[in-house]
Amino acid sequence: MSDHNAAAHDHVEHPTWKQYKWVGFWLLVITAIEVWVYYTPFKESKLFAPTLLLMSAVKFGVVVFYYMHLKYDHPLFKRLFAMGLGIAICTMFALLFLFGALKIGG
Amino acid sequence: MATADTPAGHEGHHEHVHYTSTGLENRKIAIWALIGSECMLFASLISTYLIYKGRSKVGPFPHEWSCKTSNVVGKTAELVAGCAPADVLKPILDIPVTSQSTFVLLMSSLAMVLALAAVENKGHPLPAGAGWWDRCLASSKFWLMATAVMGATFIGYQSYEFTSFVHEGLTIKTNLFGSSFFTLTGFHGAHVSVGVLWLLTLFAIDVKRGLKGKNDVLLVDICALYWHFVDVVWIAIFTLIYLIQ
Amino acid sequence: MATTAAPAPINTPAGTSYAPGEATGIWSWLTTVDHKRIGTLYLWTALTFFIVAGIEAFIIRLQLMKPNNQLVSAEMYNQLFTMHGTTMVFLVIMPLSAAFFNYLIPLQIGARDVAFPRLNAFSYWVYLFGGIFMTVPIFFNVAPNGGWFGYAPLTTMQFSGGLNIDFWVIGLQILGVSSLAAAFNFITTIINMRAPGMSLMRMPIFTWMSFVVQFLLILAFPAITIALFFLQFDRFFGTQFYEIAAGADPLLWQHLFWVFGHPEVYILILPAFGLASEILPTFSKKPLFGYNVMVYSGIMIGFLGFGVWAHHMFAVGMGATADTIFAMATLLIGIPTGVKIFNWVATMWGGNIRFTVAMKFAISLVALFTIGGISGVMHSSPPTDLQQTDTYFIVAHFHYVLFGGSIMGIMGGIYFYYPKIFGRYMSEKLGNWHFWSFFVGMNMTFFPMHYAGMLGMPRRIYTYDIGQGWEQFNLWSTVGALLQGVGLICFVYNFVKSRKRGEVAPNDAWGAGTLEWSIPSPPPDYNFAKIPYVTSRYPLWDIKQPEMTAELTHTAPDAGVIADAHAVPMHEETQYYTAKSLGIPMPFPTIKPFFAALFMVLMMAGLVFIHLDLFWVAIFVMIGSGAAFVGSLYGWLTSPLE
Ligand SMILES: [Cu+2]
Repeated sequence: MSDHNAAAHDHVEHPTWKQYKWVGFWLLVITAIEVWVYYTPFKESKLFAPTLLLMSAVKFGVVVFYYMHLKYDHPLFKRLFAMGLGIAICTMFALLFLFGALKIGG
Repeated sequence: MATADTPAGHEGHHEHVHYTSTGLENRKIAIWALIGSECMLFASLISTYLIYKGRSKVGPFPHEWSCKTSNVVGKTAELVAGCAPADVLKPILDIPVTSQSTFVLLMSSLAMVLALAAVENKGHPLPAGAGWWDRCLASSKFWLMATAVMGATFIGYQSYEFTSFVHEGLTIKTNLFGSSFFTLTGFHGAHVSVGVLWLLTLFAIDVKRGLKGKNDVLLVDICALYWHFVDVVWIAIFTLIYLIQ
Repeated sequence: MATTAAPAPINTPAGTSYAPGEATGIWSWLTTVDHKRIGTLYLWTALTFFIVAGIEAFIIRLQLMKPNNQLVSAEMYNQLFTMHGTTMVFLVIMPLSAAFFNYLIPLQIGARDVAFPRLNAFSYWVYLFGGIFMTVPIFFNVAPNGGWFGYAPLTTMQFSGGLNIDFWVIGLQILGVSSLAAAFNFITTIINMRAPGMSLMRMPIFTWMSFVVQFLLILAFPAITIALFFLQFDRFFGTQFYEIAAGADPLLWQHLFWVFGHPEVYILILPAFGLASEILPTFSKKPLFGYNVMVYSGIMIGFLGFGVWAHHMFAVGMGATADTIFAMATLLIGIPTGVKIFNWVATMWGGNIRFTVAMKFAISLVALFTIGGISGVMHSSPPTDLQQTDTYFIVAHFHYVLFGGSIMGIMGGIYFYYPKIFGRYMSEKLGNWHFWSFFVGMNMTFFPMHYAGMLGMPRRIYTYDIGQGWEQFNLWSTVGALLQGVGLICFVYNFVKSRKRGEVAPNDAWGAGTLEWSIPSPPPDYNFAKIPYVTSRYPLWDIKQPEMTAELTHTAPDAGVIADAHAVPMHEETQYYTAKSLGIPMPFPTIKPFFAALFMVLMMAGLVFIHLDLFWVAIFVMIGSGAAFVGSLYGWLTSPLE
């Protein structure tokens, strides 16, 4: 961690309406695609779940990086969040494997 | 030491800046640590839901099901009126309705960033020839209230969903699906409710004395971080619980 | 801070147990937001619970002293071992560590208080009320009786009706709030309140280990919070999370519990490691050996601690793959832990050692923890574990790490920091009695348990029949427990007596090198009249014994940062002033955190009335105190801090 970060005293420029509206637009579009896919035959495909997970991961990332300003703010916040999220996701996968809810090779 | 715990509605902002090692605000560090911790909370809830998925012995079930697919055939028919073993029953999860509430919650995040931007830009004069939209964008009260209203709408959708499930024979006591579903989404709903109260408090402060200045930006900022986090949790829940079978 | 006329010091006789000029009386304690006073409150409260848990343990040992003993009933025995474990973990070791977090972290990093002083008071009061809520039922024969791990479905209504488990579930939820609130506070404090030049890699190891522990707390507690909510919902609202007949998995609780439970053991031991890492260099007159490695191994232990939980569950049959992965991860943790042991030994190597009581406790931590660590490595291997699990071998193991490690380390910390906290030394003579009876007594108690365990004596049985070869081991254990009791009495007497009659301690009671020793003992309410800027790991040695730190890197922060913090070069402060005369704004004392804590605890505890068939009373208590809680919270957040 860079101590005594003088730059952090200055106000970090956050994006404005111009970017925010596009972020909101893409969030809606992705959600619309997710729901649409749910009603197509693609639902039966093996790729359905991974595709949906990917789409929601994109939504998740967009909100976190733009609306929560992680992209612009001090890297410390990124680390705090990544640590919690990382350990949470690893624990979740471990639990799912342990209970046989997930299996290697489907 | 001091700006740390500085109060929400307190009038005189002591703007004498306290030295901190990173130059960051204490409360912002704390809220990010809280968010990291909340990841683990929801991971435990979501894991339990997924582990118990498909293990319920009696219906109703989340997705398309028939009385035949149930583990204990005899009992299921009694439990859900009009269930004959051959029927394929519609899934209890209502995707169209939940898509609407998801839409509302996503839009509330947009309103939230605009509320924060409005507080940050207080004191900047509007550009020459500013139209109604520029004036609207500059109103933190409007966006705070809009966010709160959308949050409340989401809670309304959730109440509707819960009530209709109960009418279809699914309560928190019915089966493992009911227990884990209501607990998971209930925890999320409780978080949204806390957020709505928080937003309304900020709105009240804004009405009373106007939110502006560095300390107030921070007040709105930490609320916004919490709000967006609750939103991203929903993004995960919507995909993992509602869409993927 | 305006620099006008020089403030006049307050002149008082040395050796007061309060800093002069401070308010006293019960109201000042109820409304305090001073981290040092809150630390002291934690210390007194946790020591009281230590005596309670000690008495419980002693009754357990008396019951097991001879075969077929009938001193207590089986039911009472269940309550005793459950409460002994729960109390020691949640009401003694964690809060004793919290006492040191509170007292030391701001002093060690050169801060005037924690980041959120009122939140800090809130944490303490929640802990106190939660502790009382958990402890009182044993006097009415309704104490929790499901083990400190509370395995569901054993703890569901079907197998554990009655109020016993309700107190446990709700009590742990309450204590979780306290630990979490404190953890967010300390994370922020350590990240953001350090004096200029106090870079992360200059922080004293105690602060470092505390820092790691706070992250373990915020990431491990949510898992048990959720597991407890499930159990609470099962018991009160009829959900089916642990209902096997409904298809529930009997391992759900175990997994969620140990996802929390294993990081929890590091929450219990790392602060004691930190204290030992302060004591050993001081009494060896050498900087800590391998500081960087010490920090990295602490982080490594914490991080790996999240990936090993299922080693508590080898006996449930998770399959070869899972067993192998968790066994390997567990063996891996032995490496950073071993590194720490060798670093402590290397710190003492060639040092000019003074065998004070604190030093003896710290050295015994190194030795006893090693024994416990080695037996731990034994049952990290699933085949070995299958022989040892649920026997007294395990009891021996975790008492070597938790008593031999945590308690001995914390006791060392108490002897070491007592002069700082109360302005007087504890008696070394009584301290030696204490140390030797603890050291001999604990080995006499817990070492024979290895043998009893290998001979198959199961845990948690309230009595046993003759002729199984366990008699003499149990007798030895009980005699050892008696010896520990003697030690405890010496300690309590010493602790209480020395406050008034101990030898007066100067600033720097032991010739240590970190910031907390550069200010008066006990420290004034504002801690540092002038914030020093720090140029190395042992700033006080820099000015008092520069030869000791000659080999360490020294760099001063840039002038801008120093000016920003109104910092001055490293110096000793020996006079007391009033904060006002120094122009230091102090947080106002306030009763609001006390009430917020009280009403929150009442709100959570109100649920118990449901099982007393007083449904409306429960609703009334919960809603009423819930509203009062929110009210106090709003009052708190809308009143100025200073
Ligand atoms: Cu473990």
